[in-house]
Amino acid sequence: MSVVTLTINDKLVSAPRTATLLDAIQDQGIDVPTLCHLKGLSERGGCRLCVVEVEGSPRLAASCVTPVAEGMVIRTHTEKIIKYRRQMIELLLAERNHVCAVCVQNGNCELQTLAAKLGVTSVRYDYICPDLPMDASHERFVMDHNRCVLCGRCNRVCDEVEGAHTLDMAGRGIHSKVIAGMNQPWGTSRSCTSCGKCVQVCPTGALFKKGSTAAEMKKQHDFLLWILDGREKKIWRWS
Amino acid sequence: MAQSELDRQKQFRCRMLVCASTPCISSGALAVEEALKKAVEAEGLQTEIETVATGCLGPCSRGPLVTVQYEGQPDVAYEGVTVEIAPFLLAKHAKGLLVPELDNKAIPADWPFFAKQKKLVLAESGTVDPEKLESYVARGGYSALGQTLREMTPEEVCNEMVKSGLRGRGGAGFPTGLKWNMVRKAPGERKYVVANGDEGDPGAYMDRTLMESDPHRVLEGMAIAGFAVGADQGYIYVRGEYPLAAKRLEKAIRQAERKGLLGSRILDSNFNFRIDIRMGAGAFVCGEETALMQSIMGRRGQPVPRPPYPANRGLWGGPTLINNVETFGNITTIITKGATFYAAYGTEKSKGAKIFALAGKVNNTGLIEVTIGITLREIVFDIGGGIRGGRPFKAAQTGGPSGGCIPSEYLVTPIDYETLQRLGSIMGSGGLIVMDDQSCMPDVAKFFMEFCMDESCGKCGPCRGGTVQMHRILGKITNGSATMEDLSKLEELCIMVKETSLCGLGMTAPNPIYSTLRYFRDEYEAHIRDHHCPAGVCQFTEKPLRIAVA
Repeated sequence: MSVVTLTINDKLVSAPRTATLLDAIQDQGIDVPTLCHLKGLSERGGCRLCVVEVEGSPRLAASCVTPVAEGMVIRTHTEKIIKYRRQMIELLLAERNHVCAVCVQNGNCELQTLAAKLGVTSVRYDYICPDLPMDASHERFVMDHNRCVLCGRCNRVCDEVEGAHTLDMAGRGIHSKVIAGMNQPWGTSRSCTSCGKCVQVCPTGALFKKGSTAAEMKKQHDFLLWILDGREKKIWRWS
Repeated sequence: MAQSELDRQKQFRCRMLVCASTPCISSGALAVEEALKKAVEAEGLQTEIETVATGCLGPCSRGPLVTVQYEGQPDVAYEGVTVEIAPFLLAKHAKGLLVPELDNKAIPADWPFFAKQKKLVLAESGTVDPEKLESYVARGGYSALGQTLREMTPEEVCNEMVKSGLRGRGGAGFPTGLKWNMVRKAPGERKYVVANGDEGDPGAYMDRTLMESDPHRVLEGMAIAGFAVGADQGYIYVRGEYPLAAKRLEKAIRQAERKGLLGSRILDSNFNFRIDIRMGAGAFVCGEETALMQSIMGRRGQPVPRPPYPANRGLWGGPTLINNVETFGNITTIITKGATFYAAYGTEKSKGAKIFALAGKVNNTGLIEVTIGITLREIVFDIGGGIRGGRPFKAAQTGGPSGGCIPSEYLVTPIDYETLQRLGSIMGSGGLIVMDDQSCMPDVAKFFMEFCMDESCGKCGPCRGGTVQMHRILGKITNGSATMEDLSKLEELCIMVKETSLCGLGMTAPNPIYSTLRYFRDEYEAHIRDHHCPAGVCQFTEKPLRIAVA
C-alpha cells in the first residue's frame, strides 16, 4: 500500500494514500470533534466541526471528506478553528430545543459532550425555539425532532447498512426534518424493519427506545463495525 | 437551408419583429402580435409584410417592443406598443402616412442604451425567431458546429477556448478553456456536458432571456463542447420557473435533431450528441454545480463536498463539463470569428462581453451586454439613463445574494472579475441592482439574508443555523432593538459562516452584510446608537434598550 507523508500540527506523519485527513489525524491520537462522521458509514461532510487549516489553501477543509495528499501541512487546533467550532455548537444548541435536564440521553449525549469539551458555557445567539412534534407511533422507538441535529447518521445507516431506506430528510434549511417512509408516522411505515440501528447511531436523544426516561439511554455504535467487518472482510469478533 | 430562408425573407418588403420573451409577453406582446397580423390581413398585405415573434431586445421595462425592418430603410424600434396603436405601425411603414401617435414611441437609433452596448452573445437576440431553426441558420447558425466537426480536433477547440480568454459566466469566472481541457483529459468511458440554466439570483434573468431568445445558440455551444471534451450526452438544467424557456428549448432540440444537427452522426460525421432537458424544482441551491448534478441524477438537490470535482467525477461517476448557459452562448462567436477577435474585447484578464440584468432605481432597466472593463458609471448613467427622479446614486449590488455592493466612490473603476472581488463583491451571474439614497443598507442586507436563509439546503450546520441567526440580528438592527454587541456578534458570524460552510451558498451568503458593513458601517451604527434610519426606510417598532448603569 502506498503511503503519503504530511505534517499535522508540526509533526511529520505518514498515512495510506486512500485515507482521509480525519483518519490520519485520529491515528495520531489527536481529538478532533466530529458529529456527522461515524466509522462504518459514508461521509457526509455536513457538521463542519472537523474543519482544519490546510496551509496554502484559502479555505478550511472538512477533514472527514478531504483525502490526504503528499506534503500537506495541517493544523487542527488553531485559535480561530476552536472559536469556529464553539460557534457551530452554539448554533446547533440554539437551533432546536435541547433541554438536557429532561433528555433521555443526558450524560451520554455526543452534542452535550462536545459542548462541554469545547467549553461552550452559554449560547450567545437567540434560541429559535421551533414548535416541533414528536413521533411516538413506532411500537419500539420514538423520534423527537426537538433534539435532532440533522447529522443524517440515521438516514445513512438505514440505507447503507440495513438497506431499508425508511428514514430520509424532507424540507430544507432550518425546516429540514428527518422523515419516515413517505413522510408518514413512523409506525405506519411498512419498510421499517424495527432493527434499531438508527437509534443506536443517533448522537443525541432524538431517537430513543420507548420506556427509557431521563438520562437512561446509552447508545452503542460498535455493532456497526462488527457487522461491516463480518460482511466485507469475513472477520467475526466473537469476544 | 440558409439560402432558402433568406430568399423567403426577401419576399417581404417589411418584417415586423415583436419581442416575445417573458417581460414583453407579460406586458401584452402576444396580443400586439395578433393585432398586427390581423391588421396585415385586413389590408391584404400578407405577401409583403411578415410579423415574427422574436427574442429580447433589452429595454424590458419599456415593452412590448416592436422592431420594423423595412426594405431600404434603417430598422426602427418602437417601445410601449399597445394593441390600439399597433395598426398605426402598418399605416406609417406600409403606406408612408405620418402618424403623430408614433412619434414619441420610436426609439432613436443613437440612444445610449444601445450605443454603449457590445452584443456578442445577444447579437441575434431580437432578430431571430426562437421557434424556428431556419431563422437561426439563415443568420449563420450551426456553421460553427460544422466548422468544428470538419476542420478541428477536440484539442484545437479547447485551445481556441484557452486563447479566447473566456471565463465562466456563472459567477466565479473559472477559465473555460482550462475546464474543457481538464474534462477532455480526464479518463472515463462516458462523459457529460451540462448547461447550468438554474438562474436563481433575485432580479437576474440573463440565462432565461438567452434560452428564450436564441435557444439554438446554447444548443450549438453545448454540441461543440461535447465534441471538444468527448461527451455524447448533454443536459440542460432549466430553472423550474422558466416554462417558456423550457418549451422553446425543447422545440429547438426537436428541430435540430430532425435536421441532423443533434443526435447521432451529426452532419454526417462520427460525432453523436444528444441533449435532454431537466427541469429544476425551485431550489436556489441547485444552481451550485454538485447539487445540480445530484438533482439531474434524481437525488435530493444538496451539494456534496469537493473534491472530487465534476471534471473528474460528475454525473454517474463520469467526467462532467458543467458551464453556465451564457458561457455556452459565447462558444459559437469564438469559433466563427476566432479567438483573437474575441480576446480583443474586455480587459487583460477578463475577456469578451458580459450580460447584466440592470434593475433598481435607474431610468432604463433591462438586459444589457457590455464589454468587460466598462465602468459602473457608464452602465448606470449612460446605459441606465441615470437614477430615477434625479436622486443621487448610492450603491449598486452585483452578484445578487452572493455578491456585495459597490458605493459611489468606485463608480469609475472598471467592472471585471478581479476588481469586483477586490471591492468585496463578485461578478456573479450578472444581476445589477442600482440603489439611490432612499435605500437602507441594513435593510438591503436583511433582504438578501432572508433569501439565503430560505434557500439554505440545511445540510451543513454553519449555513443552516448561521443564516437564521444573521437574519435575526439584522431584524433587530432594523427594528431598533439591537445593541453594539449584536453588531460584533454579526461580524463574527459572517466570518465563521463564510469560512466553514460546505458549498458556495454558505460561503458567499454573508457577502451582502460584509460589504455593506465595509462601506456603510455608519448606517448600521446610526440604527443601533441613534435609533435612526438615515434612509428613512426602517420603522422602529421596538423601544430602545436602556442599559442600566450600575
